[in-house]
Amino acid sequence: MADLLSIYVHIMAARMRAQLQYRVSFVLQLVGSFSLSFTDFAVVLVIFAHLPYLAGWSLGEVAFLYGTSYMAFQLSDIAVGQLDQLPVLIQSGDFDMVLIRPLGALFQVVTLDFTLRRFGAFGQGALVFALALARTDIHWTAGRVLVLTLMPVWSIPIFASVWVVGATSAFWAVRSMEVINLVTHGGQLLTQYPLQVFGAWIQRLVIFVVPLAFVNYFPSLYVLGKPDPLGAPEFVRFASPVVAIVLVVVAGRIWNFGVRHYRSTGS
Amino acid sequence: MAPIVSVENLEKRFAVSRKRQGARGLLGKLARETIDVRAVDGISFSIQPGEMVGYIGPNGAGKSTTIKMLTGILVPSSGLVRVAGLDPSRRRIELTRHIGMVFGQRTQLWWDLPLRDSFDLLRYIYRVPVERFRVNLDTFVELLDLGPVLDTPVRQLSLGQRMRGDLAASLLHDPEILYLDEPTIGLDVVVKARIREFLAELNRERGVTVLLTTHDISDIERLCSRVMIIDRGHLIYDGSLSAIKERFGDERMLVVDLEEPAPPIDVPGAIVEKVDGPRQWLRFHRSETTAAALIAAVAARVRLRDLTIEEPEIEDIVRRIYGGADPGRAR
Amino acid sequence: MSARATCDAASLYWQVGLRGFRRYATYRAATFAGVVTNTVFGFLRAYVFVALFSGHADVGGYDLSDTLTYTFVSQGIIMAIFLWGWWEIALGVRSGAVVTDFSRPIDYQFYWLAQDLGRSVYHLIFRGIPPFIVGALAFHLRFPQHPWTWLAFALSVELGVCVSFALRFMVNLSAFWLLDYRGVGTIMQAVWTFFSGFAIPIAFFPGALRTVSEMLPFAAMLATPVNVFLEKAQGLDLAAALAFQAGWAVVLLLVGRLMLAAATRKVVIQGG
Repeated sequence: MADLLSIYVHIMAARMRAQLQYRVSFVLQLVGSFSLSFTDFAVVLVIFAHLPYLAGWSLGEVAFLYGTSYMAFQLSDIAVGQLDQLPVLIQSGDFDMVLIRPLGALFQVVTLDFTLRRFGAFGQGALVFALALARTDIHWTAGRVLVLTLMPVWSIPIFASVWVVGATSAFWAVRSMEVINLVTHGGQLLTQYPLQVFGAWIQRLVIFVVPLAFVNYFPSLYVLGKPDPLGAPEFVRFASPVVAIVLVVVAGRIWNFGVRHYRSTGS
Repeated sequence: MAPIVSVENLEKRFAVSRKRQGARGLLGKLARETIDVRAVDGISFSIQPGEMVGYIGPNGAGKSTTIKMLTGILVPSSGLVRVAGLDPSRRRIELTRHIGMVFGQRTQLWWDLPLRDSFDLLRYIYRVPVERFRVNLDTFVELLDLGPVLDTPVRQLSLGQRMRGDLAASLLHDPEILYLDEPTIGLDVVVKARIREFLAELNRERGVTVLLTTHDISDIERLCSRVMIIDRGHLIYDGSLSAIKERFGDERMLVVDLEEPAPPIDVPGAIVEKVDGPRQWLRFHRSETTAAALIAAVAARVRLRDLTIEEPEIEDIVRRIYGGADPGRAR
Repeated sequence: MSARATCDAASLYWQVGLRGFRRYATYRAATFAGVVTNTVFGFLRAYVFVALFSGHADVGGYDLSDTLTYTFVSQGIIMAIFLWGWWEIALGVRSGAVVTDFSRPIDYQFYWLAQDLGRSVYHLIFRGIPPFIVGALAFHLRFPQHPWTWLAFALSVELGVCVSFALRFMVNLSAFWLLDYRGVGTIMQAVWTFFSGFAIPIAFFPGALRTVSEMLPFAAMLATPVNVFLEKAQGLDLAAALAFQAGWAVVLLLVGRLMLAAATRKVVIQGG
């Protein structure tokens, strides 16, 4: 594991050197990433210009969901977003190269590149989160501080696992991935708002099938001390770590299954 | 000695979906059927440590599919594979330390990084001890003349430089087996010669086992004592290069120069292969006629000025085998 | 120009446009994936608006049906209008291919405009209609009352495409002067995602922000066509809305031509 980490650091350092060579370009991309992601929050602000509460959540509380969702999603994107390149790798046959190295295939795919510019969008999420902390009156207890600080520990793996499962479909049908990855990108929008906003079928989907509700919604109910209008039992608020572990294991299994069905169609 | 590669009844089937015959338009989109294509159809062979084996066959014959099963890239449909004592598809990661691989048409180097950085990353990835890495790098840089391009990003390298870089990269971790897939494709004569020399030395000095697929038979003539020929998923020949001539090469070519251009000469036991002005090429089979009888028959029909008899080149024989000449007849 | 020459030119641009249409017609799987994406995002946004309207009957002159219709129409026409990540000209500038394009006996800007209009018709039909139909099955959406509105809507969308093209044309041409046109492109994308009314209707913007945004060219790209569909502007107002779009299209295309002239001079003098 320590070895893997040192390899990761070396690969990423080499990549960052290459990207930072063009400094102006890098800054512009960072600004672009920040401003494009900010349009999402602008929508929240416009909505709250018309009403004090959205489905019973104040601006600060929605900003809390928004910030935690954005930061987790952008960090997962930085970690595994390269999976979006998998169809290209498979179609060109370059996935062969991944399989002749003494490292896990998944590890190699996600380290193919390192998109520093996504820290722009991450920064936007962090800023909104800071605003949320300033605007909400949270009664801090040890438990709430703990849940908040541990949130990345499950939220990033949950997003990343969904990403992996979506990408695995590319071993069978290259285009299917775009549709399945909708769940990740749609999930980013979905987790920015209180879950009760969405239709019942979406709620069931993200609780039981693609458990994105465990990224930030249930833990936030606990941290913010809000009742759950969906009436889920109390322990659900603390189930996120278990959900994350199960998802990671399942995603790993599915990925390995996919790799064994790789057909190497390139030359 | 125990073989380093052994393959028994190896098969790889691909399910291919295609349009059902006769169905057109929207119906054609829906009425698809799945057929099984046997890319590799029950082959067996073994390779001893230190051998250099050429693996040839026409496009789509199953060469790459075989090699990909030997490396663990593809999972066999059935049959047994052992490489360095391991089952490649089950223990792929462990196996990677024993093998090196070079694809002529793609690179395992990092496109946007200098060659030196790629080598350095490979040192981490394969966990090569620093001293061993230095020795290997120095050796390969010298033998392959990579010194001048070490600090150039890979995307700026010429094909020949990139190929030499890939060769060095595939050997930094001291693999026992090296798979080469079309390593000289598109390279000029000088680079080709350099790479062949390098491979010969590698095999001689380090005892690396080499399995080479190529379209360039001269690669194999220079390097390999043993050749395997695959066609439509079947291994149709496995033996020495020289024995190919005896087995498949019992056809010869009579080249005649006539006094004046003539229509193709019609003689029993020979086929006119080519006509170029007054020169004609007649192919004949040793078992059907002798050279003397054929010359007499030709001389009786046209006026000859000169003639030669050509032994077939290995390359021609191989091309003819690919061309669908029935190998069963020679067997 | 003689009648004959005008006729020839028209048929040339017609052919170019037809080619733009067919070019995208070959990517059927991509079209399907795009339709699914737009539809799903349409649903997610629609639910947020339903929540917004739970306490209001009217926001900025829109009722819930207006807003949901706005959401699915804008998801449907977004591809026809924006075409994210379109860098064909910039890539041509980088590769040098642009020099040969300049030397062709066809107007460079109109050539690309014709192709883009052809493309947009394809996207309007095949990416636009399905999300709207699916949305209409789940929510109460508003269909135009007057048959002529459909025609005015189509015209308005194509005018929006002209404005959007003019802006994309300029961003692409910036590659002549800027090494990093992509960073600029992303920033521009942020600007028009918000100010076109795609992220949320401009009518919902508070006070002065709304007044200013309604006059900017970005509104002409998307907000105007959707409002035409919703029949927010009728009679003289409709004519004014279309004139607003046409005005911005002409102004921005002219600015693009000035940039093009400067770029051409740059190519002639510096050799690219």
